[in-house]
Amino acid sequence: MSEVVLEQPPKAIPLETPEELNLLTPRQLAWRRFKRHRLALISGVILVIMYLVAGFAEFFAPYVTTSRNVSAINAPPMDVRFFEHDGTFHIRPFVYGYDLHINEHTWAREYTENPEKIYPLRFFARGETYELWNLFEGDIHLFIAENEEGEGYIHFLGTDQLGRDVFSRVIYGGRISLSIGMLGIGLTLFLGVLFGGFAGYLGGWVDRIVQRMIEVLQSLPTLPLWMALTAALPAHWSSLRIYFGVTIILSLFGWTALARQVRGRFLALRNEDFVIAARLIGSGQNRIIFKHMMPSFLSHTITTATLAVPGVILGETALSFLGIGIRPPIVSWGVLMEQAQNYQVISMTPWILYPGLFVVIAVMAFNVLGDGLRDAADPYNMGGQ
Amino acid sequence: MMTDNILEIRNLGVRFQTDTGVTNALNDVNFDVPRGKVTAIVGESGSGKSVTANCIMRLLQPPGKIVSGSIQFNPSRTEPFDIVAIRDRDPRIYELHGGLISMVFQEPMTALSPVHRVGNQVSEAILCHRDVSKEGAMAEARDMLRRVGIPNIDTRIEMYPFEFSGGMRQRVVIAMALVCNPEVLICDEPTTALDVTIQAEILTLIKDLQAELSNSIIFITHDIGIVAQIADYVVVMYQGRVLEIGTVRQVLKDPLHPYTKGLLAAIPGNVPKNVRLSTIATAVGDADITTPFPLKSVGDGRLVSLP
Amino acid sequence: MLHYVIKRLGTMVLTLAFISVIVFVVIQLPPGDIVTSTLERMEASGMQASDEYVQNLRARYNLDKPLYLQYLNWIFNFVQGDLGYSYIYSKPVNELVWERLGYTLLITISAVIFTWVVAVPFGIYSAVRQYSIGDYFVTVVALVGLATPNFLLALLVMFFAWEWFGISIGGLYSMEFRDQSFSIPKLFDLLSRLWIPGSVVGMGGTAVTMRILRANLLDELNKPYVVTARAKGVKPIKLIFKYPLRIAINPFISTLGLLLPTLISGEAIVSMVLNLPTTGRMLLQALLAQDMYLAGSFLMLLAILTVVGMLISDLVLAWSDPRIRYE
Repeated sequence: MSEVVLEQPPKAIPLETPEELNLLTPRQLAWRRFKRHRLALISGVILVIMYLVAGFAEFFAPYVTTSRNVSAINAPPMDVRFFEHDGTFHIRPFVYGYDLHINEHTWAREYTENPEKIYPLRFFARGETYELWNLFEGDIHLFIAENEEGEGYIHFLGTDQLGRDVFSRVIYGGRISLSIGMLGIGLTLFLGVLFGGFAGYLGGWVDRIVQRMIEVLQSLPTLPLWMALTAALPAHWSSLRIYFGVTIILSLFGWTALARQVRGRFLALRNEDFVIAARLIGSGQNRIIFKHMMPSFLSHTITTATLAVPGVILGETALSFLGIGIRPPIVSWGVLMEQAQNYQVISMTPWILYPGLFVVIAVMAFNVLGDGLRDAADPYNMGGQ
Repeated sequence: MMTDNILEIRNLGVRFQTDTGVTNALNDVNFDVPRGKVTAIVGESGSGKSVTANCIMRLLQPPGKIVSGSIQFNPSRTEPFDIVAIRDRDPRIYELHGGLISMVFQEPMTALSPVHRVGNQVSEAILCHRDVSKEGAMAEARDMLRRVGIPNIDTRIEMYPFEFSGGMRQRVVIAMALVCNPEVLICDEPTTALDVTIQAEILTLIKDLQAELSNSIIFITHDIGIVAQIADYVVVMYQGRVLEIGTVRQVLKDPLHPYTKGLLAAIPGNVPKNVRLSTIATAVGDADITTPFPLKSVGDGRLVSLP
Repeated sequence: MLHYVIKRLGTMVLTLAFISVIVFVVIQLPPGDIVTSTLERMEASGMQASDEYVQNLRARYNLDKPLYLQYLNWIFNFVQGDLGYSYIYSKPVNELVWERLGYTLLITISAVIFTWVVAVPFGIYSAVRQYSIGDYFVTVVALVGLATPNFLLALLVMFFAWEWFGISIGGLYSMEFRDQSFSIPKLFDLLSRLWIPGSVVGMGGTAVTMRILRANLLDELNKPYVVTARAKGVKPIKLIFKYPLRIAINPFISTLGLLLPTLISGEAIVSMVLNLPTTGRMLLQALLAQDMYLAGSFLMLLAILTVVGMLISDLVLAWSDPRIRYE
């Protein structure tokens, strides 16, 4: 939906003379301003890590999404330890295996740690085979847990009702949820620049129609409409087509704010001296648009689009949670939380809400990063102050 | 005993601390404001004129901070006090604001609240200082607005500032400043944002009202022409220091400090035709105007910062 | 002002006309319709439908007419108050939607109230004490609130209410009132429970509103007219409330208009998690079953709710800001 404006008190920077400042390119100036937004910088780093891990999910996740550990159904998260219960120290971190009990009153499965079963963590070890991006076969994982006999498992965010590792599924789910965000802003940007550009450059009735369209779209409650559209996606479609369908649906309503901004910039620029000058020396219309007008605001527009990512991620999560978004076997963070429909399930296995934590972190990071980028790329904020 | 000076500013120092460093906006500023006269403070932008005014009004905002000195205020209505020394929550501050000292700002466009009616804004100044009814305050406001020359007062008083022209707004601001009959009126470049013809009208208005109300005026400007028209005394400031003090006649006819000479040489109309107008810098030439010499008396009540 | 109201009403009708087309297209999108899905089920249970039966069925739902006639028929009846017939409930839509829509409205209003009650004081505090520890704290809470999906928040609230206090907060009424007919104690019970969905739905909007108010107020606090007011002797508290807040509140009112779509969206999903008898669950069922009159009515009514809400916020804005009124 919208933005949180996050400022920080201006931080002291090493003094530079105005002469030195004048030598910097706009990009360098923007980078200097961005660096001063410490939180935005941290958010950027968090997001890079998240995208890297999601991109190489096969390597970072100890298990593949469909792999089931039948001896651990709805098992709680494990602690990674250096010390045994009796105090023995291991240089190699390890986890205790589970012991299963059936509660005599409730017939619920209960897992406890078994200090006899010590599964040390092994890094860059061979585990389940996978196909990275459906292209390369491999079996090296960042870490797995295995003892000398080749037994062991690690579920440090627990398992779900089929015994699948929540941590691994969160990593794979990130690939979908985060990429939807990225694809979504690509589309949003395209639609926003297209409609905003036409409206602002051509003006007249085109402008009026686009304006009206934006008003209509902005006054619609999005979720019910998203629900209607995703529910309309044919049931026989493959998960992959559904994935693209959902992405398109989520972007259909997100471009309005961006289009308004682009329109405004075009309108303002039409009468700027440098544009008139370009027209007077006989530049063609395309040249004026692409060489003179667009570069002066495009970076700001792109960074503003970052602020549309959270809406897309949250939308996907909500729809998948309702069972009408991404469909299994593809997993996304929303799909992972689909089981958590009522508090009985949550109070039995609260760890199935962990994917939600990652949603919150990703969305927060995008919001903060977007703010920082927008301020840094604002062409009207060039002074460096 | 009442002194002749309504304000006596001594060793005033103001510092702005920002991330790009520390700036000493005022250094050891000393001057007096004679009672019932117009004192002009002249200088380029950044010379500390407005900062001085804000100190007198206790309106200095962080990161600005008064680091030294005193501003002795000798009003005829209440006990004298040092404006710098009183605490932020001292009730005398509210009495000071608009009651004893008021201010006319540079930008009449933005100095008025856009969402309140003009009459409301002027009468509020009265309600802040005197225990009168709203109707009474409104009647006084109407009176004041008429005195500053607002026509069609009955309709105008119900209008919003954005329905007024720049000159009219400045008249409203002046009415607002004078409605409680303050002892000191600070005019911070009140005509800079206006057209030349309107400038003259506003200046005449301020002069007439001063003659009528006989309050003391501090007039801040960078325009020597205005100084000649309106002021009795002149304080020349440069880079947060006072360089020269004297009567208008003394300073304009016979400037002593090289900077003042430069300033006067840079006024259009002061040089013969066909002679290129000099900048302040070229007119000052090699003379040393940056060393902070203390003010010394040179007779006839004149003070100048020279070795 | 009258001129403005008329102009604004005109735009609203136009917007609603556009929206009705969008809604109609959206509910027509799924391949197949009620008749084909009925036939599928009949075939699945081994029955054969005669051509005549199919014809009759199509005629009954107007499916034999061209699309634009179907639309005109639908919208014409809609405007006259005939919302059509729900085939999954075998009831007129009118009997199904109004109570649910009422509860949606109730929860949305309580979310708006929550938003204001929380956002205004904290927004002011945050602006007046800029860069204080309290400001940072409020900022962080706002960031987290903005990033948390509504349904997750609802789940967490439900979970902790159950774990810590042993209360079930699902539903709009407590157990003992659930089957009773309407009474004053039941009303109080409703009001005492309303703040939970209200606050969950309003959380994200509160964060946004608070930050907008803070930013606006900071802008205004540095404006010359505030200094002017100080210089004429207005005391600090009045200075904030009478001047900058008065202006900062204007964009704030218009934000309320922008907020409504979000609030109504949030309400749809939160009510499903908290098991509230509002539009969310039934809309989802209707969509999945392609019950076009029911789904269409819900979508249209929710849109009307939003657009009327935005109209009201615009009129309030015009009333509070003379610059718009005199435009």
